[in-house]
Amino acid sequence: MEKFITHIGTGVPLRRSNVDTDQIIPAVYLKRVTRSGFEDGLFAAWRNDPEFVLNQPQFKSATVLVAGADFGTGSSREHAVWALQNYGFKVVISSRFADIFRGNSLKGGLLTIILDQSDVEAMWEAIEAEPATPITVNLEERTVSYGSKNLPFAIDDYTRWRLMEGLDDIGLTLKQTDFIDSFEKKRPAYKPATLPIRS
Amino acid sequence: MGKTLAEKIWAEHVVRQADGEPDLIYIDLHLIHEVTSPQAFDGLRLAGRSVRRPDLTIATEDHNVPTMNIDKPIADPVSKLQVDTLRANCAEFGLRIHSLGDKDQGVVHVVGPQLGITQPGMTIVCGDSHTSTHGAFGALAFGIGTSEVEHVLATQTLPLQRPKTMAINVEGSLKPGVTSKDIILAIIAKIGTGGGQGYVIEYRGSAIRALSMESRMTVCNMSIEAGARAGLIAPDQTTFDYIKGKPHAPEDFDPAVAYWKTLFTDSDAKFDVEVDLNADDLEPFVTWGTNPGQGLPLNAVVPNPADFADSEQRTAAERALVYMGLEAGTPLKKIAIDTVFLGSCTNGRIEDLRAAADILKGKKIASSLRMLVVPGSARVRLEAEAEGLDKVFLDAGAEWRNAGCSMCLGMNPDQLAVGERSASTSNRNFEGRQGKGGRTHLVSPLVAAATALRGTLSSPADL
Repeated sequence: MEKFITHIGTGVPLRRSNVDTDQIIPAVYLKRVTRSGFEDGLFAAWRNDPEFVLNQPQFKSATVLVAGADFGTGSSREHAVWALQNYGFKVVISSRFADIFRGNSLKGGLLTIILDQSDVEAMWEAIEAEPATPITVNLEERTVSYGSKNLPFAIDDYTRWRLMEGLDDIGLTLKQTDFIDSFEKKRPAYKPATLPIRS
Repeated sequence: MGKTLAEKIWAEHVVRQADGEPDLIYIDLHLIHEVTSPQAFDGLRLAGRSVRRPDLTIATEDHNVPTMNIDKPIADPVSKLQVDTLRANCAEFGLRIHSLGDKDQGVVHVVGPQLGITQPGMTIVCGDSHTSTHGAFGALAFGIGTSEVEHVLATQTLPLQRPKTMAINVEGSLKPGVTSKDIILAIIAKIGTGGGQGYVIEYRGSAIRALSMESRMTVCNMSIEAGARAGLIAPDQTTFDYIKGKPHAPEDFDPAVAYWKTLFTDSDAKFDVEVDLNADDLEPFVTWGTNPGQGLPLNAVVPNPADFADSEQRTAAERALVYMGLEAGTPLKKIAIDTVFLGSCTNGRIEDLRAAADILKGKKIASSLRMLVVPGSARVRLEAEAEGLDKVFLDAGAEWRNAGCSMCLGMNPDQLAVGERSASTSNRNFEGRQGKGGRTHLVSPLVAAATALRGTLSSPADL
């Protein structure tokens, strides 16, 4: 995973709440067996509409998605994170994220930032007024800044450290194998197993 | 202070705890399917890693599979590749798989419980958000993404932040014609699609205790639609009786039951939040909009967006009515339906099929619509056929299909056409969920059956 320390880019205002993962990437696009190429499916239904914000030339190269509340609800598909990343997004800002989507994004290096709804709305207005407004996301200092604004955001120390180091969770857990071994020795015998097959 | 049920299960599965780090939690059962696993297996191969516990892992084919002509190769080459990839991965890593044609193939959340492999006090994960279904047994069960699937395959653990706890107390008794689906739709309408974010929900109260296991699964299944990654119900005699005799029920049953009986929320435990719902007042519930929180009793009318005080909700309602092609003020019962879908991990179990068949028996569905009946698993299908339910559905004019996720998410050929309107026993009414441009109303199996007969959204009482 690429290290994430700071990112500077422009934003795109997605003025919709409850953007579920079926909107981010519809199920028909989930049949690929790779992690790449999902950008075609990103917001597929909405992108048919020329008025849709992602189709507007001034937002073409944006890397910071500023969305309404409850972003990423619904299906656990990590393809939603891949589609956003494959398209070029590095950061998503919203006042509320669904739990599974947020977990997936932070595992995969797509930084999801929670700001107050009033701050999100102010950002929408600023971006709409001047689409070229640079937005700086500083993970080390936990701030989002644009124009004269400098907004702090919360993220737990562990996740921040892991993203800044670009570390893979599995590698970290495998260092704890002794703990897993000793836990398994104490597991009760009545816990079910899938093998051998009983039917 | 005592512990809640969720806290007890969590504590029993902590492998390692360290300040400033998430808890490392042991996973008792990992369910996998074709859609969210291929990239995880690729990751294992790239890193030269193996599956730590093949004996705690089980795969089935569900999201993508056709529900017709299953003896022939899958027609869609991309779907076929995904299913073939799952089969090859399971063969390579030595994992148990129930493929199309096998009697234990079916929707992953129907398969686990019917095998008796879902048991109280377990931690259960799957790359599917409706893993919350298994919480009905008093297990801590939740959906994960593909990175986490890979993590569990490699380590049988997950690093997790401890969730907060929410109690939803449902007291009273349901009127005839009102089901557990109506309970959960009413809960979601009450707390909203984000209401459960960050929480594990425990469903409690006399109305919950009175539910059958399969009805409890319907409630827990849709916890995610309320924003909660997991929802659970304390196990009791109903749970133990359901597991007994299932293929993977504990051979030494009594010690297991003795442990299961310790799985309840202590009387002095404290939840972070409590919500109350009165079951006596509930009516059959139906959604009118494009998220599962946009629901109302069937006797209501399509709401007027102007009546929403909250501007976000107002905008969402305006958008939803445009997408759904509905006028404010229209009685919900006047809405004409094109397709009735009976199935899914929410309502594709034998009790759901029995309840619907009971209403359809000896009658014909409206000529204006089609009805798809898709059993949750091949075993449910066989059971239904043994009871003659297939004949009831076929005689009524419905289609009797093979098992899979089918029209719940429209990944296989079972989809709505643009503008087509469904009454669906599934779990999500998102834009395009059941097919691009399709319009979904979420309903219980009873409402689905009554609607099939009348052609408009209806409850059994309308017949």
